[in-house]
Amino acid sequence: MDLNETPEMTAFRGQVRDFLKARRDDYADGAARDPLAWQLLLIEHGYAARTIPREYGGFGAEPDVLKGRIIAEEFIAASAPRGLTGQGISMLVPTLLEVGSDEQKKRWIGPTLRGEIVWCQGYSEPGAGSDLANLQTKAVEDGDDFVISGSKIWTSTAHLAQMMFCLVRTEPQAAKHEGISYVLIPMDTPGIDVRPLKTMTGGSEFNEIFFSDVRVPQSQVVGGRGRGWFVANTTLKHERGMLGDPNATEARLNALIELMKSESVDGQRIIENPIFRDRLMQLQGRVLSMRCNGLRLLTSQITGESAGIAALIVKLQGCELNHQLAALAIDALGELGILYHDGSHLRAKGRWQWNYMFDLGLIIGGGTAQIQKNIISERGLGMPREPKPAVL
Amino acid sequence: MDFSLTQDQRMMQESLGRTLAEASSLGRVRKFAGDLTDRGDDIWKALADFGLAGMVIPEAFGGLGLTLLDAALASEALGAAVAPAPFLGTVLASLALLRGGSPEQQAQWLAKMASGDVVAVAVISEQIAGARDDAGVVAVGGKLNGKALFVPGGMAAGLLIVADTADRLHLVQGETAGLTRTFMPGLDETRRLTELTFVDVVAEPLGAGPQLLTALRDAGWILIAADSLGASQAMLDRAVAYAKERRQFDRVIGSFQAVKHMCAEMAAELEPCRSLIWYAAYAFDAAPAEASLMAAHAKALTSEVGRFIARTSTEVHGGMGITDLLGLHFWFKRLGLNRQLLGGPERVREIAAKLQGLAA
Repeated sequence: MDLNETPEMTAFRGQVRDFLKARRDDYADGAARDPLAWQLLLIEHGYAARTIPREYGGFGAEPDVLKGRIIAEEFIAASAPRGLTGQGISMLVPTLLEVGSDEQKKRWIGPTLRGEIVWCQGYSEPGAGSDLANLQTKAVEDGDDFVISGSKIWTSTAHLAQMMFCLVRTEPQAAKHEGISYVLIPMDTPGIDVRPLKTMTGGSEFNEIFFSDVRVPQSQVVGGRGRGWFVANTTLKHERGMLGDPNATEARLNALIELMKSESVDGQRIIENPIFRDRLMQLQGRVLSMRCNGLRLLTSQITGESAGIAALIVKLQGCELNHQLAALAIDALGELGILYHDGSHLRAKGRWQWNYMFDLGLIIGGGTAQIQKNIISERGLGMPREPKPAVL
Repeated sequence: MDFSLTQDQRMMQESLGRTLAEASSLGRVRKFAGDLTDRGDDIWKALADFGLAGMVIPEAFGGLGLTLLDAALASEALGAAVAPAPFLGTVLASLALLRGGSPEQQAQWLAKMASGDVVAVAVISEQIAGARDDAGVVAVGGKLNGKALFVPGGMAAGLLIVADTADRLHLVQGETAGLTRTFMPGLDETRRLTELTFVDVVAEPLGAGPQLLTALRDAGWILIAADSLGASQAMLDRAVAYAKERRQFDRVIGSFQAVKHMCAEMAAELEPCRSLIWYAAYAFDAAPAEASLMAAHAKALTSEVGRFIARTSTEVHGGMGITDLLGLHFWFKRLGLNRQLLGGPERVREIAAKLQGLAA
């Protein structure tokens, strides 16, 4: 165990810091003045798309977990915006790198990294949530094309996206997991209808998508026809890591501490109330434990060893913790915590209230808490799967 | 950057586990628990031969010269085996002498402690967990008066490191006149608690200020948390094994989601505690500025998780869980003692808040 930084890493940290200082006029309040230009600049210096090969539009550095972490830390410290995120960059690009054809990589990765193409993900369906492999959206072969019909749900950014990566059933006769293909669909193809899905937050963070006879060339399949389930699993892995990010949780804890120091009831600051303070300390212990757990995962990435249960629990514990932080913030606000939308007494633009509701969705999405517990007990503890019932 | 155990540390822990399986089997623990005349000397002898008595004592004094992280790994193994052993007091007393003892005091005691010939304890409960029943030790003119409660391993101790009510530490030899020891029967029969009474007991001051007590507190919290980690992991492992064997409704009960989710919750709660304890123990030696806060959270969180696992593992075992036959209660009670010793989670979290200036 050694958490000290080598001189090489300290020098690299200095480079990142100098870059952010020199470019201070290009961003403010955590946002870039020109997000697309900022993205190009970050790729050019290796602070975005760092390990993606140059021939596909990335920076082409060797994978280095520590340098990645240093970049993240320095950007947070400077309140500088990271490069573009979104499902195209975080999920599709890693998948194409792993299983895409050379032509697919050349065609899609570069424009996606540069922000020229926004993607959405078409996985869940009304009848295929936790049982995702039960998806029924069908793609029927017709000459060189597939003709797609069916519907998808929980599709965030679909209203902004030019493209969708989507799971469809191409082999209806095959076994459940073996008849699925992963296809790339232009969102302007005739027959696609996007309808916003309003949620409890009052916003429409998701959409429903309806396909009627949507025609897509068969060459748009990634990773081979009938291999979609296995292709999708490479991306789900990336999503679960993203949903339990301890850095984001720690930033939220710090905001909560500030809230409890600044808000008061009857002239007493919330932090001076021993019951609220104890609840805060309970959550701080959990946040720190997940930070340390993150250090273990980081080390296992460096050494290539499996992190075992320490990795399997991140989504379950991280999402729950985020939700509890928002819950404590609302309780600390008391009656102020039931305000929403706008108004003179509203705090933090209603962010805690929004988080409290939206984060409940994240506990459910990306594999529900119950599915996570199945994964932990089956893969982590070697417990048997629930047997299929004999009669439905 | 490397946040993992070394090969040596993993081998030490495995090897200690094998030593404990022999020296402190459940049968051996049962006998110790049921027989107050059994001092467990053979167990401590085996552990001292392994090196536990001199874990953090420098090699010059015959110890292993290891870090608190190594001691925490040993403590975890002891908790897993519900081993009756005066390890906590030994490490705390070693640290007290190393950080606050004069060269003469170190020369007089450390070698005897490292060999296991002298069992040492730290008497700090009142200053950390708070005083009950008017306990507390006052030092005036080189003499100690008062009483101290809840001293694990106090009956057999040949050397006592005693905190007074002003947070200063004193060295007391076991045979000193005016020192009386009374056994305090407790729930956890794998660790025996002692009440000590001091009437004009001659003591030598340790030459360090209150920061020495802070260091002993932090180390104590970390070692107790590690003991709870081991005990909790043992209870989780037993629950999983039982759920894979026990059949009801023509299925092993571990195939019911109601049961396997209990196991998943235990694992999900416990694994981050392991990470936190590693960090706190590492910080104790390598990043002292962070040590107190991390130690406090390690102690408090592992106490909470330990209670959850003690209860949940027992439930997974059904009716068998509450019988003496399985002996699961030894771990249950061990976790109960660890939760309160040197402060329950509420008190420790309040100290954590004070450390950050969040409480007055």
